[in-house]
Amino acid sequence: MNNYILKYSLFAFLLGLIQVLVLNNVLLFGYINPLIYVLFIFIFPLSNNKYSVLIISFFLGLLIDFFSNSGGSNAAALVFIAYIRLPVLHIIQNNIEFDYLLFNIKKLNMIQIIIYILTLVFIHHFILFFLEYYTLKSFGHILLKAFYTSLFSSIVIGLAISLFVKDIND
Amino acid sequence: MQHIIYFLIKNKYFLLFVFLQIIAISLTVQSHSYHKSKFINSANAFTGSVYNNFISFNNYLNLKTQNKQLLEENTHLKNILSKLNQKGTAKQLNKIDSLIYNQKYSYLKATIIKNEYTKTNNRITINKGSNDGITPELGVISSKGIIGITTNTSSNYAIVMPIINENSRINAKLLNNTHFGTLTWNGENHNIIQFEDLPIQSNIKIGDTIITGGRSTIFPEGILVGTIKDFKIDNNKYTIINVDLFNDMSALYNINIITNFDKDEILNLENE
Repeated sequence: MNNYILKYSLFAFLLGLIQVLVLNNVLLFGYINPLIYVLFIFIFPLSNNKYSVLIISFFLGLLIDFFSNSGGSNAAALVFIAYIRLPVLHIIQNNIEFDYLLFNIKKLNMIQIIIYILTLVFIHHFILFFLEYYTLKSFGHILLKAFYTSLFSSIVIGLAISLFVKDIND
Repeated sequence: MQHIIYFLIKNKYFLLFVFLQIIAISLTVQSHSYHKSKFINSANAFTGSVYNNFISFNNYLNLKTQNKQLLEENTHLKNILSKLNQKGTAKQLNKIDSLIYNQKYSYLKATIIKNEYTKTNNRITINKGSNDGITPELGVISSKGIIGITTNTSSNYAIVMPIINENSRINAKLLNNTHFGTLTWNGENHNIIQFEDLPIQSNIKIGDTIITGGRSTIFPEGILVGTIKDFKIDNNKYTIINVDLFNDMSALYNINIITNFDKDEILNLENE
């Protein structure tokens, strides 16, 4: 059990470093900065220990915040989607009971995967940019930026999932 | 009592979530208030050293532009020096060592290890800190002009609030007359800032140069800021004046930090 949490903590730490050192220097079209560290929420298994996902994602968000001087906005956004990922999964699968221990994201069909990733990533980006801009004045701008950025983040995350998550047949 | 404990146990997952959110959001709120972001910032020893190691690799890619900038500045300074020598030596002979007694500002070099320019609350991290004599509220410039003001320091690193930060307010004036105004930023383009509070009598034109005003104790007078890009007049008042910066805020490497030796004296006098 401990080994398992340690493994995923290390994975979160590596993801955080990749984000701040490599991807934070990538600016598509001048202002779109893909955020790959959200991948952690999709990779971390839906095991019965639901407390560890909240705590690890809090610290992963805080790591990003430390490097990008953003207070706690990354932590707030990441903890929020870590909390809502189970309800979202239930809704996407039409409230059918499923086994948390054996759940694998590749068990969903293509449309469900796309909705799952896009919803969570968009909610994350919206909260993040809202806390970063910290004003209601530029609400439209925040919405637009969250929309475009989440498109690119989702593409990167989708590619990473298709590369690193094992197929069910294996 | 039993009910409360039962409630806590039953909802401990939700309560953990609320607890973490409260911490994260209060840190965010704190980071948005000027001068209060003491805890989470990239001037601490860990993030500072990570960025410092990473930037040494990154710097190789920019050597060409950096060299060019330094050469340009050298040429500029040599030109000033040659003018000074021509101005008659008699005057200088009367004031031997005038530099030592009358030096008002000292300049310190530093390198930027982290530069943000896409947010509204941008910060820059530099590789000099309180061990090198950096304190909060010192001016930061590059060879092309103004960059910002230091806000937080740790022993080896410091955070700079650049002019492209929504909280930044810096006194500035026009080069060709004496009217003053304030430089602010609306958060849109990282190379264009706004010039406010300028009286209509100043009669500006597109292309006019703006320099620092020297009314604060932070910047000396005459540091370059930018040129006027466009402006609007409404009700006999300037509503928007956009200023094109001389610096490209997305490509900054080497900077100077200005210390004003008379700062304490001036502030003491003003507080009396």
